[in-house]
Amino acid sequence: MQEGRAFISLLLTPLQWFVDVPSRVAGEVSDLVVDRRLLIKENAMLKTENLELAHQVQQIDSLVQENSQLRQLLQGRKRVLHDVELVELIGVNPDPFQHQVIINRGSENGVFIGQSVLDAGGVMGQVTEMSHYTSRVLLITDARHALPVEVNRNGFRSIALGKGQVDELELEHVPDTADIQVGDLIVTSGLGGRFPRGYPVAKVSEVMRDPGRPFARVRIKPTALLDKSRHLLLVKMPQQVLQLNAEVAEARP
Amino acid sequence: MNPAATSPGSGGFIIMATFLVGLMLSQIPLPYVIEWGRPEWVALILIYWVMALPHRIGMGSAFFLGLLLDVIKGSVLGLNALSLTIIAFVTLVLHRRLRMYPRIQQSMMIMVLIGINQLLFHWMQAFTGYTGDSLMFLLPCLASGIIWPWLFVVLRGIRRFFRIR
Repeated sequence: MQEGRAFISLLLTPLQWFVDVPSRVAGEVSDLVVDRRLLIKENAMLKTENLELAHQVQQIDSLVQENSQLRQLLQGRKRVLHDVELVELIGVNPDPFQHQVIINRGSENGVFIGQSVLDAGGVMGQVTEMSHYTSRVLLITDARHALPVEVNRNGFRSIALGKGQVDELELEHVPDTADIQVGDLIVTSGLGGRFPRGYPVAKVSEVMRDPGRPFARVRIKPTALLDKSRHLLLVKMPQQVLQLNAEVAEARP
Repeated sequence: MNPAATSPGSGGFIIMATFLVGLMLSQIPLPYVIEWGRPEWVALILIYWVMALPHRIGMGSAFFLGLLLDVIKGSVLGLNALSLTIIAFVTLVLHRRLRMYPRIQQSMMIMVLIGINQLLFHWMQAFTGYTGDSLMFLLPCLASGIIWPWLFVVLRGIRRFFRIR
C-alpha cells in the first residue's frame, strides 16, 4: 500500500513542481526588480544580525568543550551533533484540517520516515510519508501530532500537542504546581527517539491555573514560522542513532 | 475546424488536460482566509464531463481521479475514489435532468452533489482521525455552486471548440 502510494505520488510529482512554479517565478521577479536602497538597508540589517550571532557563537566553542568535559567527568555519553540539509518546501496539503507540507527530497535522497524537520526558528515537524523525490512533513500543529518537550529553564518534561491551529500548541497534563511561566522556552526533550534533543519548539504564551480543573492549561506559541518558511532544514541522524532507533522500534510490540 | 478531433471518441487528451488543470487548482496554496472555501475543482470538472459525455466519462474515470486526489490530499488511499465514484453515479442517473435545468437550478444541484462529496469524505476521514470538529468543510460546496455557471460555460466552450463527443 505504502509503495503503491509512493508510485502514484511519483506520477504527481511533476504536477506538484508545476504548481510551485508561479510562486518561484514571483520570488525571482521580486529579486530582479528589488530597490537598491532596500538592498542596502537589508544588507546593513543582516550585518548587525551577523555581528550579534557571531558574538553568541564566540562562546559556544568553549562551552561545548566544557560541556563534554563535564559529561566525561560524570561518565556520561558525548552529545551527538547533528548535520542538517537545506530543503525547500514545494507544496502544502490543500485540506485545511491537515497541517502538512511537501518538501523536495524523497527516499532517493536518503530521507527516512520520522526524520525531523526544522526551520530557522525551531522544530517544524517530522516526515511521515515519502515518495521517490518528494516527501510529506506532518507539522507539529497538526491535531494528530504530539511532541515530547521540556522547559528549557528547569527541565520540566511534558508533551506538546497540536490543536489544528497554525499558531498554537498545548502542553498536556501539567500539574497546577509546576514551575512554568509565560515566556519560558520549550525545547525538545529527545525522549521518544524521534526528535533530537534541545531544539527550540515554542514559547509559553499563557498559563491558566483554574482550581476547578485537574491540570493547568498551558498554551504555547511555536517559534518556527510554520505557515511562512520556505526553506527548511532536514536533520541528518548519525548512522548509530538510526540503528539504535530501528532496534527500539523492533523491540516495541 | 479541428480535423484531429472530429471522429467520435477523440479528444480524450483534452478531457485529461482539463482534469489535470483541476488537480493543479486543487493543490495551489491559498491564503489562510479563503483556504476553507476552495471549490472542489476535480469533482466539478468530473460532474461536467459525466453530464456532457456520460458514455465516455463515468465511474471508472471517477475512481482513478479519486486515487490521484487521495495522494494530493494525503488521505487514506481510496476515500476520494469512493466519494467521487458515488458522485459520478448520482450524476449519471441525473444527467438528463441536469442538462434541462436552468443554470441557477443546476448550481443548486451541484451544491447538493458537492455537499454529499464533502460529507462522505469527511465522515470517512473521521474514522481515521484525520479531521477536526469544525463544520467549515461544508464551505467548498457553496463555493463550488457559485463557481459552477462560469466553469460550465468554459468547459462547454472547450468541448464545442474541440468537438468532443
